[in-house]
Amino acid sequence: MTFIAKPKVAHPSLPKNALGFTRRDYEGALSTLCAGCGHDSITAAIVEASWALAVEPQNMVKLSGIGCSSKTTAYFVSGGHGFNSVHGRMPSIAMGANAANRALQYIGVSGDGDTLSIGLGQFCHAIRRNLNMLYIIENNGVYGLTKGQFSASADVGSTAKKGETNFQPPIDPVLLAMTLGASFVARSFSGDKQQLVPLIQAGLRHQGFALIDVLSPCVTFNDHEGSTKSYAYTREHYEPAVHADFVPLEREIIADYKEGETLPLLMHDGSRIVLRKLDTAYDPTNRTLAAAQIQERMKAGEYLTGLLYVERSQNEFHQLNATPDAPLNSLPYEVLSPGAQGLEKVLARYR
Amino acid sequence: MEPTDTSHPDYYHRVVDCQWACPAHTDVPEYIRLIAQGRFTDAYMVNRHSNVFPGILGRVCDRPCEPACRRGRIEQQKPVAICRLKRVAADHRDEVAGRLPKIPKAKNGKRIACIGAGCASLTVANDLMPLGYQVTIFEQYGEPGGLMRTNIPSFRLPHTVLNEEIAMITGMGVELKLNSPVGSLRQLLTGGGFDAVFVGSGAPKGKELKLPGREAAAANTHIGIAWLESVAFGHIDRIGKRVLIIGVGNTAMDCCRTSLRLGAESVKVMARKPRGFFKASEWELEDAEEESVGIIINRAPRSFVIENGRLTGMLFDKMEYELDARGRIIAERSAGEEFLPADDVILAIGQENAFPWIERDLGVEFDKWDVPVVDKTTFQSTRPGVFFGGDAAFGPKNIIWAVEQGHQAAISIHRRCHGEAVSERLAPGINLQSRKMGMHEWSYANDYSPVERRLMPHVSLKERFKKLNIEVELGFTAEQVEQEVQRCLNCDVQTVFTAKLCIECDACLDICPVDCLTITHNGAEAELRTRLKAPAKNLEQPLYVSAGLPQTGRVMVKDEDLCVHCGLCAERCPTAAWDMQKSELHWPLAVDEARMLEARKPKIA
Repeated sequence: MTFIAKPKVAHPSLPKNALGFTRRDYEGALSTLCAGCGHDSITAAIVEASWALAVEPQNMVKLSGIGCSSKTTAYFVSGGHGFNSVHGRMPSIAMGANAANRALQYIGVSGDGDTLSIGLGQFCHAIRRNLNMLYIIENNGVYGLTKGQFSASADVGSTAKKGETNFQPPIDPVLLAMTLGASFVARSFSGDKQQLVPLIQAGLRHQGFALIDVLSPCVTFNDHEGSTKSYAYTREHYEPAVHADFVPLEREIIADYKEGETLPLLMHDGSRIVLRKLDTAYDPTNRTLAAAQIQERMKAGEYLTGLLYVERSQNEFHQLNATPDAPLNSLPYEVLSPGAQGLEKVLARYR
Repeated sequence: MEPTDTSHPDYYHRVVDCQWACPAHTDVPEYIRLIAQGRFTDAYMVNRHSNVFPGILGRVCDRPCEPACRRGRIEQQKPVAICRLKRVAADHRDEVAGRLPKIPKAKNGKRIACIGAGCASLTVANDLMPLGYQVTIFEQYGEPGGLMRTNIPSFRLPHTVLNEEIAMITGMGVELKLNSPVGSLRQLLTGGGFDAVFVGSGAPKGKELKLPGREAAAANTHIGIAWLESVAFGHIDRIGKRVLIIGVGNTAMDCCRTSLRLGAESVKVMARKPRGFFKASEWELEDAEEESVGIIINRAPRSFVIENGRLTGMLFDKMEYELDARGRIIAERSAGEEFLPADDVILAIGQENAFPWIERDLGVEFDKWDVPVVDKTTFQSTRPGVFFGGDAAFGPKNIIWAVEQGHQAAISIHRRCHGEAVSERLAPGINLQSRKMGMHEWSYANDYSPVERRLMPHVSLKERFKKLNIEVELGFTAEQVEQEVQRCLNCDVQTVFTAKLCIECDACLDICPVDCLTITHNGAEAELRTRLKAPAKNLEQPLYVSAGLPQTGRVMVKDEDLCVHCGLCAERCPTAAWDMQKSELHWPLAVDEARMLEARKPKIA
């Protein structure tokens, strides 16, 4: 945390995006998290990705629950809409907002506590409904805001700052999302923006539920020896398997990708993700095989990272429910409200 | 790139652009902070230590520091008003007599002669008197000050300020011989009984313009610096209604503004080349134009026009220039002529040093342009024991250069008088001290102030011409000072990095408002500069490259170019790998040299 706000002064050569904004225009309020918190780096990556995609700030909806992670929605895109919900209930707020206005860009930021403990049920159902949103878990394996108790993502055998050992097995959000049928599942690390920024761009553009589980070390309560989510441990056990380059619609692919090593994936809006396999044995398009490989490597104590599973085929919530194409607030009153006669007809169906 | 060697005193010194650009290496950010605290006397003393004449320089310095100021590179803003803040310290200080160096009663037996009582000689006296020397200054005029008195009009530099700062030095017990031009260096060397001679006689000879009609127009044609000198001593107190100034340097600016005060109604400054080629400082041009002086470009003088034996004006060639892509002149031609009427013409096309009083067989060598051969470090001539400094050494520059050359010559004189080689001098050094006070507390104001440069208030155009010596600049108001001091970026509060503490959390990179930090794989400098978070295009500003970082072996790279020294990198750093530390430059003067030589003396047990 700092006592002075980040000065408005910027580098004169700062590039502008299609809307004429610089990266600085996508920043938010001053972070009050600890100095060195991984969450602040993720915030910076979201800022970078939103700028690069030229997201219109007023079209972004930022949602969060409770926890250190959930404070971070205040720290980016101050021009967007924000909703800080009850603990673990961010998915239902996102659900409601998305149902009413499908034209906006939804980004939820949650933590391992908010998602994997109190909010586990809501998280699972948001995936089931294939809610069109980017869901970022800032995962540090610890309850930072209540001073360092193990969270549901803490690994067996890892120790707390004061020395206690964790014996309960962790819930892995990546494997969970894959078994629930999520169509975009990624894992990354707050300390690797080269990997994280294109993932966030692709996740924002993905139609349907996109999950990025970001290992985000807690510098105050979980950055010691014995932690499996410290900066040092993560760097040592971090295995990028699939790099995802995000190629926006406007930019032609000029890079010469070799056959077999890369896999271009067309997205709904015409932009592309070019998957570059760093681990040739890994297949990010085969759900069963991918899940098995992730599990295997996890047993060996490694974090496989990158875009671990992606498919384009699924129908998101609005398609599944055949909702109107336009946001509800743009529909004329007559369409939105069936009137007394219409109501009679509806009720008649239940008589 | 190899890890940057920050232990070399030049590294952090260069980050402080103003101090690096100042010939005397004045600790600018330090004195600005002292002004911010209302400690005007302390600010004055910090200045006086380096530049000897803060009150004078706070008004008329050529300010090499200001174009260098980092503020000028950020947000296209104007630099901090460093010079005029110096004046604030000088104007508001208390009595400093008690804080001047003590002059020993027992002298060391060495006698030094200084020729000319200008800023260079006065600096030599200022540095040597406290060490026990007996210094004699020979001055041709009846008052000391040299070009500071004769060439700088009193509406820019009041005599009270000049006299007071000169008196601080002469008051040390200098033997000041006024009205004593030196007619022969030989006599001084053989019969004077001096251990060393310092020539600080300036560049007193104005350049002549040999054109048809010059002789016939002699009565109404004046050489700029000689004319200003006559005005300063009251020998001239009027000029014609229409005046042409030839040349567009700072002397020309003083000539045109002085003319307006002596009764001229139409004053034109004639420039041979376009505006980008002017020698005058931007601010002096502004001040002249504010007084309705016309600056006419692309006019090359051809001849003086005489009618009935009297000057009626001058004929000029209308010049046209062809420029290359870099704006340099590659061809010129005359496209016709123009006559401009004039009652008086002032030539301000340059000045030179002149030494008719130095015999050429004394071992003091002169080069083919008749300029003395002087060592650029020691300021010693080819005759050991004879030193040159100021304009006398390397031709006309500004006071601040003369002061620094005086400092360096004083070191040489001291070493020579103690039988030491003049070339083996103390090296500069730098000290760093943390400014951390607490979690988010620094002992400097680290917040960035976006305010624009304050404008110097001037005496109204109606008032200022009433008398020759009405100082035009009024000095900053208290409110202006309060805002201007906060514009300083505290570049001397350095970002100091300890690679082995870094955990590569990226916090500093994310918070840096000007994107000057990058963690990346090392590479050759040219290539590395393109890979930074914001490209480092200013090649004059060094890159800092750390040793390999513990976790990944990558390096921390900092582009010093646009750092605003807000300290947020250090505040965000969880491991204190970044710290904000004040750099204090140790730029040796004669007194340091004396202490060192004293300490080296064998101690008697």
